Amino acid sequence: MFDLLKRPLEAFQDFVLLSGRAFRNVFRSPHYASDIFLQMDIIGVGSLFIVSLVGLFSGIVMAMQMARTLTRYGAQGQVGIIVSLTLVRELGPVLTALLVAGRNASGIASELGSMKVTEQIDAMRALGTDPIQKLVTPRLIATAFVLPLLTVIADFIGLVGGFLISNFMLGIASSQYWTSAWQAIEYNDIVQGLIKPFAFAIVIALVGCFYGLQTTGGTQGVGRATTRAVVVSSVWIFVLTTIIGRVFVNL
Amino acid sequence: MTRLVTPQPSTAVRFDDVSLHFGDAPGLDHVSFEIRAGEARVIYGAAGSGKSTLLKTAMGLVKPDSGRVFLLGEDITHMKERELFDLRARVGVLFQEGGLFDSLTIAENVSYPLLNQRALLEKFRANGDGRVVEDRVREALRFVELEATLEKFPSELSGGMRRRVGIARAVVTEPDLVLYDSPTAGLDPITAHTIIALILKERDLRHAATIMATHRYQDGQLMAKFRYNPNSGEIERWEPDDPRVQAGTKIFVMDRGRLTFEGTVSEFQASPDPYVRKFLNPGGA
Ligand SMILES: Nc1ncnc2c1ncn2[C@@H]1O[C@H](COP(=O)(O)OP(=O)(O)OP(=O)(O)O)[C@@H](O)[C@H]1O
Ligand SMILES: [Mg+2]
Repeated sequence: MFDLLKRPLEAFQDFVLLSGRAFRNVFRSPHYASDIFLQMDIIGVGSLFIVSLVGLFSGIVMAMQMARTLTRYGAQGQVGIIVSLTLVRELGPVLTALLVAGRNASGIASELGSMKVTEQIDAMRALGTDPIQKLVTPRLIATAFVLPLLTVIADFIGLVGGFLISNFMLGIASSQYWTSAWQAIEYNDIVQGLIKPFAFAIVIALVGCFYGLQTTGGTQGVGRATTRAVVVSSVWIFVLTTIIGRVFVNL
Repeated sequence: MTRLVTPQPSTAVRFDDVSLHFGDAPGLDHVSFEIRAGEARVIYGAAGSGKSTLLKTAMGLVKPDSGRVFLLGEDITHMKERELFDLRARVGVLFQEGGLFDSLTIAENVSYPLLNQRALLEKFRANGDGRVVEDRVREALRFVELEATLEKFPSELSGGMRRRVGIARAVVTEPDLVLYDSPTAGLDPITAHTIIALILKERDLRHAATIMATHRYQDGQLMAKFRYNPNSGEIERWEPDDPRVQAGTKIFVMDRGRLTFEGTVSEFQASPDPYVRKFLNPGGA
């Protein structure tokens, strides 16, 4: 029993150590600004299209599905409320984070994993560079900055998707849709909708880096690290959204 | 903990009863030795016997579970990474897998150690401009005869060329100790010979301490019995009875994490140990 737990516990301990160092380096020089901007470009600009697309379709799908139910209660006009609340609180952050996890947790893990197996990480340490400072911290900062922005964009485009359906299929006036959508959102929802992507970003960057830096066993190992990074960060996204959502329900 | 005397400053590397484990597998098993400034060692050992681990432990990239490690006269066993940086600046290393940064050009790779190690900034930028670095990088690439590849990326070079860039990057800082991890692995015999000739040239021109891990029988023979002649630019054999043949270069043999043989080339060749003899008869038996 103890042996069974030993490995995951050791891995978790290593993960906590890596996270600690990565956060400490945020406040320590040298700062690799160009690496931060490069990562923002890769993660942010690179994910913009797919995040917008998925945001749009989630708004469309939600409006269509909800309209059927709401019509039954004669509450068709409420579509804007439901779309905006679900998007801002839950779907926007989670869908965006899952997409970015799929694109970038894997990208980070495979990049760092290849560097690990070709001994580039060792070479960095041998040549006077702290790989956590140079590789992990820039990815952490970039993801934490970019994911909330992507989420806001996804939320907004999702609302547009909902609007298209309500306006052209359900015949709801555009002012009614936007007013109800806007008024439904409380301060609380916005905070929740921004804290979530921030937390998810930290998970995505750190899990990606962790599995990348842990890679052993050549090219096959890189493949394994990549898969694990995506699976583990996705699971953590669901766990965190539940916990954070729970906290905000109680507020 | 057999010998606890503080080593002389002229110690390049010293291990005192060093052990370490990867999970349950032994990485190093009670390894002790000392290499003094200017000496050379050739480490033989089967795949997985711990050669790379030994080299990485020597420069503090891997921490031992027990025992003590000295690098260039200082005890690095419990040294923090940031303190180690200044010491590692005096060590050059060629990694087994190359370790060239594939996002950087050859010129950037070779200048990397000069620009990123605090301890070297003064040494190579005494005049306050980047020219010293640039000249030094050219010089190092000329040394390995790859001056024409400055702006290429590592992926555009052949395996042997990448190895040579790795050597250039290892020696560009004029280190006191150079570690070569399997420099000839996977190369054809002619390229392998060129690589060893470069290693000899570096050793004999600058008298840096040299440790080389290898599988190849000839590598150790060349290291022990040949020297670089600066006049002809070629490597040539020492007179067979020259005492210096035996003095500077010794052979290590590793077996499953243990240092099982340590001696001169003649002792190596005369060893009756069947495991040691494997490295004397390439091709088996
Ligand atoms: N990072 C690591 N994690 C787990 N085990 C490792 C690690 N590095 C090395 N090992 C193990 O330690 C042992 C020694 O490995 P090492 O790389 O030092 O061997 P080697 O003599 O260099 O072999 P080769 O000739 O194949 O390069 C092997 O059993 C290897 O599997
Ligand atoms: Mg090795």
